Amino acid sequence: MKSQDPAIRWVDEPKLGLAGKMYLPLFLQGLTVTTKHLVSPKVTVSYPDQEPQIDNPLIYRGVHRLNKDAQGRVKCVACFLCATACPAHCIDIVGVESPWPDREKYPESFTIDELRCIFCGMCEEACPVDAIELTSLYNLTGRSREEMVFDKEKLLSVYEATKDAEPMASVRHGLPTPSSEGTGAPQSAAPPQASPVLQGDVHTHSH
Amino acid sequence: MTAAAYFVLLERWIAAWVQDRRGPNRVGIPLTKVRLFGLGQPLADGLKFIFKEEFTPAHVNRGLFVLAPIAILAAALAVFAVIPFGSVIPGETIRGWLGEESDRPIELIAAPGVNVALLYVFALSSIGVYGVILGGWASNNKYSFLGMLRSSAQLIAYEIPLGLGILGVVAATGSLELDVIIEQQAQTGVWFAFAQPLGLIVFVVAAFAEAARLPFDLPEAEQELIGGYHTEYAGMKLLLFLVAEFLHMITAAFLIVILFAGGWHFWGLTDPGFWGVSEVNWPIALARIAVLMTKIFLVILFFMMVRWSWPRFRFDQLMNLAWKVMLPLGMVNLVAVAVFEELRKSFEVSDWLLVPMAWAVCLAGWLAVAYAAPLTSDNRPRRGLQPYRVDTQI
Repeated sequence: MKSQDPAIRWVDEPKLGLAGKMYLPLFLQGLTVTTKHLVSPKVTVSYPDQEPQIDNPLIYRGVHRLNKDAQGRVKCVACFLCATACPAHCIDIVGVESPWPDREKYPESFTIDELRCIFCGMCEEACPVDAIELTSLYNLTGRSREEMVFDKEKLLSVYEATKDAEPMASVRHGLPTPSSEGTGAPQSAAPPQASPVLQGDVHTHSH
Repeated sequence: MTAAAYFVLLERWIAAWVQDRRGPNRVGIPLTKVRLFGLGQPLADGLKFIFKEEFTPAHVNRGLFVLAPIAILAAALAVFAVIPFGSVIPGETIRGWLGEESDRPIELIAAPGVNVALLYVFALSSIGVYGVILGGWASNNKYSFLGMLRSSAQLIAYEIPLGLGILGVVAATGSLELDVIIEQQAQTGVWFAFAQPLGLIVFVVAAFAEAARLPFDLPEAEQELIGGYHTEYAGMKLLLFLVAEFLHMITAAFLIVILFAGGWHFWGLTDPGFWGVSEVNWPIALARIAVLMTKIFLVILFFMMVRWSWPRFRFDQLMNLAWKVMLPLGMVNLVAVAVFEELRKSFEVSDWLLVPMAWAVCLAGWLAVAYAAPLTSDNRPRRGLQPYRVDTQI
């Protein structure tokens, strides 16, 4: 090493005092730290006996769901952005022409291979209409590989199961959904977890 | 060996608790939901080890390869022949096989009356080094060989402070018999931990190094190396090495307690006079066993806590500590003990008066070492350090 190089900034170690040279502070420090931790509360969750506490279910990345809009239709517009963003290539969409006037396409089939998924959440970020979201369901099990390929119905049923506990991002933030454009004033910003208000919001748009 | 298995469990518990985890707490009685806080874990581990494939690489020296773990475990187990597990239990009238009758108190020791017990312990713990050397050599693998060199250098270096630590005790009691050493501490009431603190420090540090425990676990250094001398071993043979290492720790705990912490002695509690009886009866015998086991348990607990408390020494620091710190301190202790013995015998100085003097010697020795600071050697790049003048000493 070129010790004369002016670019090298030399930092000297702090000199050890007498106590440090006698190893005593280190000795005591080490022993107090370990003894403290020996009796401190444990952080491990005894999983099957005890369910883990998920701090914020709204940002947890568990099983996917396909959201429905106010009319109960799948929100997805089959734009393939999630499938494109997916680094694990686990999303398969078959898009066909939409029967509804507010969008061009909708997914005839929408399957996610949960075994290939790495739960990175990039599909959720890519989605322009907040149709695909990750829930806080973490204990995902199945008896066969086929069973773990979730189709559109299954993903929509996940939405039905979790919509009350974890409202859609668009609902939480009070954003106008595509179908509600021009139907009225923008909704007031709802607090993130106030579900009764959100329930009301959903119902005002049902025809 | 069963104790070793359960100490493995204890070690894992302590490791977990120190790291805010729970540790093994699931394995209980098979086919039931009874968990027993994981007390079945050692049994499960043992079964797993037995059923593991015992793979022997093709390039090894097969005879020595098999001999090494046997040697190290046999030596570690044989040590317990002369180590007392308590003091005595009251003798029943026993008819011997020649028809003679005896009602002497029965000593709680596998081979009672061995008057060179300490020498025997030392001889056998030195054989442990042979296990290491054989294992490394027979593996016919340069990394095992290097690991063997490293370990044997460490073990041999620390035999000397270990011996010096014991010499003070032997000089003070005039006996190599462990029973006699405990008896003397019980009579005076001054444990050698108080009378010879320097000896205790030297002995404990050396015992840690001999048992290859952190912060001296360079033979294995499990976080950094794939293994030392036992890299090529698997299955039961590896288990023998690991059990032997644990037995070394238990032996070290026994020796620390017997030599320096009064063995089964506890003021009043284990004293027949205190309870108004003349001989050792059953309750006192049991109390002595309990005291001894409690002390040993505490020492082992200390061993396990130390493991997570301090970082490992570098190899040069390890050697410096042995030769430049522990060896001189051991010498100082020996000289101090000799002087104190002379004072005690010729000038009738009481034991309790000698204790503060011994502590003064300990403090002085420690301060001298701290000022000399032989451990603060630094091999990192510094200003003004010419590459050709870098100290290549290991």
